[in-house]
Amino acid sequence: MFEKMRVKTKVIDSGKSGLDTQTLEVNVGPQHPSTHGVFRMTIVLDGEVVKSLRPVMGYLHRNHEQIAENITYSASMPYTDRLDYFNSMSNNQAWAMTVEQLAEVEIPDRAEYIRVIMSELTRLVNHVSVIGFLLNDMGAFFTPTLFAFREREKVLDVFEAVSGSRMMCNYLRFGGVNRDLTDDQLGQIKKIVADFPAFLDEFETLLAQNEIVCMRCQNVGVLPAELAINASITGPMLRASGVNYDIRKVDQYSVYDRFEFKIPLGEKGDVYDRYYVRMLEMRESLKILNQALEQIEPGPFMAPKVPACLKNPRNFKPPVGEAYGRVEAPKGELGFYVVSDGSKEPWRYHVRAPSFINLTVLEAMCIGYKLADAIVILGSIDIVLGEVDR
Amino acid sequence: MAFSKNKSQVDDGLKSELAKKGIVITTLNELYNWGRRSSIWPMQFGLACCAIEMIATACARYDIARFGAELFRASPRQADLIIIAGTVTKKMTPQVVRLYNQMAEPKYCITMGACSISGGPFIDGYNTLRGIDRFIPVDVHLPGCPPRPEALLYGLQTLQKKIDSQDFRKAPWYQKGLKREYAIPDLGPKGLIPKFNPEVWQPREEDHRKEKYGSPMVIGKKTKAPDLDAPPKQPKAPAPKPPKRSDDSAPPSKEA
Ligand code: SF4
Repeated sequence: MFEKMRVKTKVIDSGKSGLDTQTLEVNVGPQHPSTHGVFRMTIVLDGEVVKSLRPVMGYLHRNHEQIAENITYSASMPYTDRLDYFNSMSNNQAWAMTVEQLAEVEIPDRAEYIRVIMSELTRLVNHVSVIGFLLNDMGAFFTPTLFAFREREKVLDVFEAVSGSRMMCNYLRFGGVNRDLTDDQLGQIKKIVADFPAFLDEFETLLAQNEIVCMRCQNVGVLPAELAINASITGPMLRASGVNYDIRKVDQYSVYDRFEFKIPLGEKGDVYDRYYVRMLEMRESLKILNQALEQIEPGPFMAPKVPACLKNPRNFKPPVGEAYGRVEAPKGELGFYVVSDGSKEPWRYHVRAPSFINLTVLEAMCIGYKLADAIVILGSIDIVLGEVDR
Repeated sequence: MAFSKNKSQVDDGLKSELAKKGIVITTLNELYNWGRRSSIWPMQFGLACCAIEMIATACARYDIARFGAELFRASPRQADLIIIAGTVTKKMTPQVVRLYNQMAEPKYCITMGACSISGGPFIDGYNTLRGIDRFIPVDVHLPGCPPRPEALLYGLQTLQKKIDSQDFRKAPWYQKGLKREYAIPDLGPKGLIPKFNPEVWQPREEDHRKEKYGSPMVIGKKTKAPDLDAPPKQPKAPAPKPPKRSDDSAPPSKEA
């Protein structure tokens, strides 16, 4: 489990007790069931208490940015799926928005609605799975994950129907979406949205008041709002610390200004808040979905007057310039920064990956807590290594 | 590859006749293989996206438990099967090989997804290993990006067929002096040293990949930065210009 466990002992100054105490350096990962992939951290322990924690990244560095700088703009779309492999649709949306900004493309209403529906469904999938995994880390081995994945499968069925793939959807296109949603598929989505609250209630009765969950989560891994802002944390993690910042409200991109929804906020910023904010966010997502499903109207799903350059995506050459597009991905602010030099490939392509930036405060949150808490805290950050290492 | 099942000496007809009376005739080999194939313990080891599909396979809908492989072990010492689910980067390769070495015999390996077979979509990257079969022997290759859970189940069944075809009297791990430990590569400044394990993998003598797919992408070929201060005027001028269109231009929306 502890791959290549290296134990270094060293006598530190004798504490007040007058006894010799030792610190222990424990290496967790890269192959560890609760590091959510191939993340590694070196933890210095005093007894069981974390003294310092050093994350080691790069075990899944797949050269995403470099590859994207050598392929055409539209060829990057499937690669964005593989960034955060839970939320391919939101990643697609962020990338499509960036390029649309660069090429100044107007998107028809129906396409915007489809995009919003898809990214809110993605949020459901992501939050439900991350709560499952978080409980897995707390010791509820696999049962919550079974619940979570049962719901996930239902949403994946929709994704598969519309895009042809369960996980790597590659569904959005510059100027719209790949295919239209049929009425059947809309009905399927409506059914999911109608059934989901019952599942959330069930999940919540099992967990929200659960003694063990409360004890393991409350007042653990507190992230003060100030630190969260300074470290540019985004997403549910920031909101759990009580900062009201949601790009859906701030930027009002796409058609989010047409929906009524609230931004759930936490109070303390501990693990419990992070878990509960996600729970509430799912309910808000359902509200958005309900409104979107009501408001969506038939129409074109691809920009009717696509600039000619976009019609032949392989030869698409945007004007010289730079663009930054961002969306509120389930994990936080996902942004793509792209600099075009007027050729087919971007000159610079950068991903602002929320999981990576959210991970930077891991040490600050873990110090002073037990080793077992560190695992739970890591789980509550909600990282996906594909996005952290890229 | 087709695996031939171990043949028992007893006639099949006689066997089924006896089975009706409640007498089961089998060989030790069959019984042994039946036991082994019906309780493969995979290792809980995920690398990237494909690992999520692996988890989905273990969950309620696909339920890998039907094939006896639901007990995912976190420790390589307790696992029979390593499912390499995801991109193996050069930094991760030594760990993967070490994990394989730590597994107890008999051990099997399934590569799940294009990445672990050949590098998949990331084959051109400087940090991607182009196939884990360069360092450890692989029993089942499972293509897809990611393979569907059904595909993983099929891969597992294929592995079960392979297990069925093995004879424990001849199986290598019962021979004396077997050492199935594979050299662990080092991660140097220019990639892995050595680049592959010659005991396990040899480069093809004739490599047609270059003609078929072109050479790998050259990273860092662009050096001159675009002048971002100039553009505000530039885009306005070329924008009204009639866009060049090549003949094969088709609206992307109509593609399947
Ligand atoms: S094969 Fe595809 S899905 Fe699997 S790890 Fe590679 S990129 Fe991800």
